[in-house]
Amino acid sequence: MSQPVVEVHNLTKRFDSFCAVDDISFEMQPGEILGVLGPNGAGKTTTIHMLLGLITPTAGSIRMFGMDLATHRETILRDVNFSSTYISMPFSLTVEENLKVIARLYSLSNIPSKIDAIIEQLDMQEIRKKLTRKLSSGQMSRLTLAKAMMTEPKVLLLDEPTASLDPDITNKIKSVLKEYRESKNLSILYTSHNMREMEEMSDRIIFLQRGKIVAEGTAQDIVSRSGEKDLEDVFLKIAREGRESL
Amino acid sequence: MNVGRIGGLLSRHLYLYQRSVARLLEIFYWPFLDLVVWGFITIYLEKQGNSLHGAVTFFLGALILWDVLFRAQQGIALSFLEEMWARNLMNLFASPLTVGEYLVATMVMSILKVMAVGGLMMVFALLVYSYDIFAIGLTLIPFILNLILSGWIIGVLTTSIIMRFGQQAEVLAWGMVFLFQPISCVFYPLEVLPSVLQEVAWMVPPAHIFEGMRQVLLNDEFPGLHLMWATGLNAVYLVGMVLWFYHTFKICKERGMLVRVGE
Repeated sequence: MSQPVVEVHNLTKRFDSFCAVDDISFEMQPGEILGVLGPNGAGKTTTIHMLLGLITPTAGSIRMFGMDLATHRETILRDVNFSSTYISMPFSLTVEENLKVIARLYSLSNIPSKIDAIIEQLDMQEIRKKLTRKLSSGQMSRLTLAKAMMTEPKVLLLDEPTASLDPDITNKIKSVLKEYRESKNLSILYTSHNMREMEEMSDRIIFLQRGKIVAEGTAQDIVSRSGEKDLEDVFLKIAREGRESL
Repeated sequence: MNVGRIGGLLSRHLYLYQRSVARLLEIFYWPFLDLVVWGFITIYLEKQGNSLHGAVTFFLGALILWDVLFRAQQGIALSFLEEMWARNLMNLFASPLTVGEYLVATMVMSILKVMAVGGLMMVFALLVYSYDIFAIGLTLIPFILNLILSGWIIGVLTTSIIMRFGQQAEVLAWGMVFLFQPISCVFYPLEVLPSVLQEVAWMVPPAHIFEGMRQVLLNDEFPGLHLMWATGLNAVYLVGMVLWFYHTFKICKERGMLVRVGE
């Protein structure tokens, strides 16, 4: 097995007395899509924020590409990007201007051709010159995905990336992500509340509940171990019964 | 320090100013209005036979120099607010951009603002009041450089408070600098302050600059000592304030505030 691109060991985040992430450990292999499931407040987004260096862990370590995030932040983040339904981009800039700024922040070369390519891949030609404030929520999601994928990361962190997209665009994006994974060996950490999408996209899933990992494995493994009929029922069981393990 | 990333962040702000009438007004309208009002006040004072010789020179010179400080401070504080309003801080700080590069980009932005506002005010004062600020002479250059440094110090202080306390503190972007105005002795000599405040004012770099300006205008003397004090204090405060900003940034990351600021 090759060296993991992400190694998380005993990661913990406490905000005063509240423990958002409680001693979790996991790894991601190159080219792997890891689904992270869990009810609201389970610690998914906090974990992503820690992987991006936006929140400092209370305990534990994060290593990416064999380097410690705490000491090699700048080098690591050149190869990591993220997209989320909950983020935005400067409203008074056009889509193209926003992509140009991001491209320069990641020191990309051939910026115009990279922007052309991602705009074509995500069907954004019509909104290219549009002001970001005039985008619909679906278009905004596509923009944040475009900014993440344009930088050609080795690790992509996606927090509910398709939450506000229509089924057509969702399909398009899922196929672009799969294509990127195949062609560039991209590793993706993926959160979603759409169980079917999780089953379809993820090689492996970790279930978070109250900051702890309560189940881990392929979707099929998790379902069969739980005795439930599908992943959605597993989710409901964990969320409603507050299970700490399966 | 990556110049490309600094340029990237700078271009984000320049795109913004290109098409925002409100932001352009912020740069040109208020300084223009200030100059009109203070210009008339000084003309009135002169007509009243005020004993202060060359009131125009004092007040308009002081006003233009005060605006250098004000705009330098705003260049930093407003740049942060723009990111906060646009909920763009996550995009910036999840990128390879470092805190140092972020600060340098906002400092360059503040220099651009100072050049735009200062240039406009100097030309306007010359055309309307026949007032040439270059009459101060070559000392104008270290005056301006020191005021920019002071503006950065107040700007970095303001930004770290806004980062720490969020939107409820955003009014400081406009108000903080005025906290320093009374003890900066912009429009009056330091000797008019109560003795306790005089002690405080000597520790404030802009007070040395404005005292120095009066020394040049009244006595035609080079204000070497004032410039030395202003530069020394600015250097110490700037290093201290940048370290303080790094510390605040670290605390905000520990408390998860960086991802919540602006919400």
